[in-house]
Amino acid sequence: MSTHHNTVRRVLTLLALLGVSFTVWAAGADLGQSEKQATNWTAISMFALFVVGTLFITKWAAAKTKSASDFYTGGGGITGFQNGLAIAGDYMSAASFLGISAAVMASGFDGLIYSIGFLVGWPVITFLMAERLRNLGKFTFADVAAFRFEQKPIRIFAASGTLVVVAFYLIAQMVGAGQLIKLLFGLEYYIAVIIVGALMMVYVLFGGMTATTWVQIIKACLLLGGATFMALSVLWHFGFSAEAMFAGAVQIKTDLALKDGKIAEAAAAAGQSIMGPGNFVKDPISAISFGMALMFGTAGLPHILMRFFTVPNAKEARKSVMWATGWIGYFYLLTFIIGFGAISFVLTNPQFLDAKGGLLGGNNMAAVHLANAVGGNVFLGFISAVAFATILAVVAGLTLSGASAVSHDIYATVIKKGKADSASELRVSKLTTITLGFIAVVLGIAFEKQNIAFMVSLAFAIAASANFPVLFMSVLWKDCTTKGAVIGGFLGLISSVVLTVLSPSVWEATLGNPKGSAWFPYTSPALFSMTIGFVGIWLFSILDNSQRAKTDRAGFLAQQVRSETGIGASGASGH
Amino acid sequence: MQDDLVQRILKNPQYQELKAKRSRFGWWLTLAMMVVYYGFILLVAFNKGFLSQKLGDGVMTIGIPLGFGVILFTIVITAIYVKRANTEFDELSSAITTAAFKK
Repeated sequence: MSTHHNTVRRVLTLLALLGVSFTVWAAGADLGQSEKQATNWTAISMFALFVVGTLFITKWAAAKTKSASDFYTGGGGITGFQNGLAIAGDYMSAASFLGISAAVMASGFDGLIYSIGFLVGWPVITFLMAERLRNLGKFTFADVAAFRFEQKPIRIFAASGTLVVVAFYLIAQMVGAGQLIKLLFGLEYYIAVIIVGALMMVYVLFGGMTATTWVQIIKACLLLGGATFMALSVLWHFGFSAEAMFAGAVQIKTDLALKDGKIAEAAAAAGQSIMGPGNFVKDPISAISFGMALMFGTAGLPHILMRFFTVPNAKEARKSVMWATGWIGYFYLLTFIIGFGAISFVLTNPQFLDAKGGLLGGNNMAAVHLANAVGGNVFLGFISAVAFATILAVVAGLTLSGASAVSHDIYATVIKKGKADSASELRVSKLTTITLGFIAVVLGIAFEKQNIAFMVSLAFAIAASANFPVLFMSVLWKDCTTKGAVIGGFLGLISSVVLTVLSPSVWEATLGNPKGSAWFPYTSPALFSMTIGFVGIWLFSILDNSQRAKTDRAGFLAQQVRSETGIGASGASGH
Repeated sequence: MQDDLVQRILKNPQYQELKAKRSRFGWWLTLAMMVVYYGFILLVAFNKGFLSQKLGDGVMTIGIPLGFGVILFTIVITAIYVKRANTEFDELSSAITTAAFKK
């Protein structure tokens, strides 16, 4: 038992040394610090091919993007199947591909626990939110949250929630892109950040949602195709026997432990430990809190919510989540096989190891080295290009949702009081896109050396504690009022940010305070900040006796009729 | 939406039926998903030994098929909801729409 713990501890120390926080690293964003590799021209040419292809699509999409509706939602004419692939694309980030397969390679079963956490939010979105979102909303999730409420305060809250989530997610992606390009292409960090910023602006500015969606669909297909090929190659090697694949991996882990000087029995236990849960879950509260952030955060991510407005009706909205759930679940099964394949083909091959037996370029290279092992240099180039394209596509989606919050919620609704014409709203979206692009590049470069491991889990926690409760209560609870939603929402937002700052991943790992000094001991704030958000909305709603509160409550039945039947819902604009 | 249209729909027993059926179905499935997921997480937190138990003579443990099972469950339960919502519930919903706009 204790030897088993020692192994796990050593693995964790190794990861910590690599600057990779175990928790969030699989959770999807941080690629840690990486070392620049030799320039890889195959990968660069494959990526160039992807860029040329997507630019043609952007040109085609630009011809179709004339109104604000085209820009925000691609005219609402995207099918459920296409949208499902695009949602899956938004969700399958480069870091979840590289991070989860690396987590599986390092500790086996624990990697599976992460991927399951990321998947289980989808059914809940389907059962409780998808059709209501589609029936009530038009361009942004604020349309839904503010449906029967006073527009101004709710829009300001929703735009803040959106921009904060987008900002953290965006920084994580930009830093990831920079680290990845050093590893995969052998180019400088800042070059990656500028390339991502510039291309993303081109997609969003000219092609709006149509281009962003198609870039996402293409990337999702490439990623799923590449990962399928890798998983099949691994399984083929083991005669399509799962038992043989696992047995091979256990044997290798046992041999590695023996080589470390363990006695036979302890080494066997260390080998077998990859087949069951290890130290990922330290305490049940962290586990449940983290699980809640993942489960409900998904239902509050603005760039995901926005995708529900790109399909013509509720039926297609449901189909999109069904396809998305299927593809994402399939993808996580693949990453699990890829991780075990990496144990067998990467950990045993001196070509991929440094002098100390660690992976060249860090643990996150597991899938990349495996690509080389099963498909040679050309396939390695392909996977590298896909990994980079993935970041690009996710960044474009994020920027688009940030731009919509500013132009649709703040400019058109709050400043122009709903009287902005489509052309000026479109102009504001484009200006915001450029601004966000510049901010993303600057922050991406500024955060190069920072430990940003907490950022994606923070984005999920904020989405779960601020956006989700407001959306949920405004749609489902009759007595919710403007005041309750705004105060409760901001309480959820502030508490999730504050608790994250006080948690070990920021207080100790990023701010450099001594170990054990963090005020808030758990991995994720969601359990607490979500409760604060919900209780805040409930309390300030029932205490609200204002005239406005009466109007808010009176509007519920009409809102419910529309959310249930779709009568009066904004339809496809006939493109 | 005009008030009389809302009133007409609210009075339609089919609307009440749709609302009740769909929300009951949705909440039950949500509960099922929660039980399966948090059940799994609690096993991970409190009973690691159970998940690490070997299934046969080989290396396979209970945890691996169980974990894969949770992923498959997630996909299947979503498909079950969408299937029923896109057929039965949508038919009910379009009947309500038709009735609402009939004088």
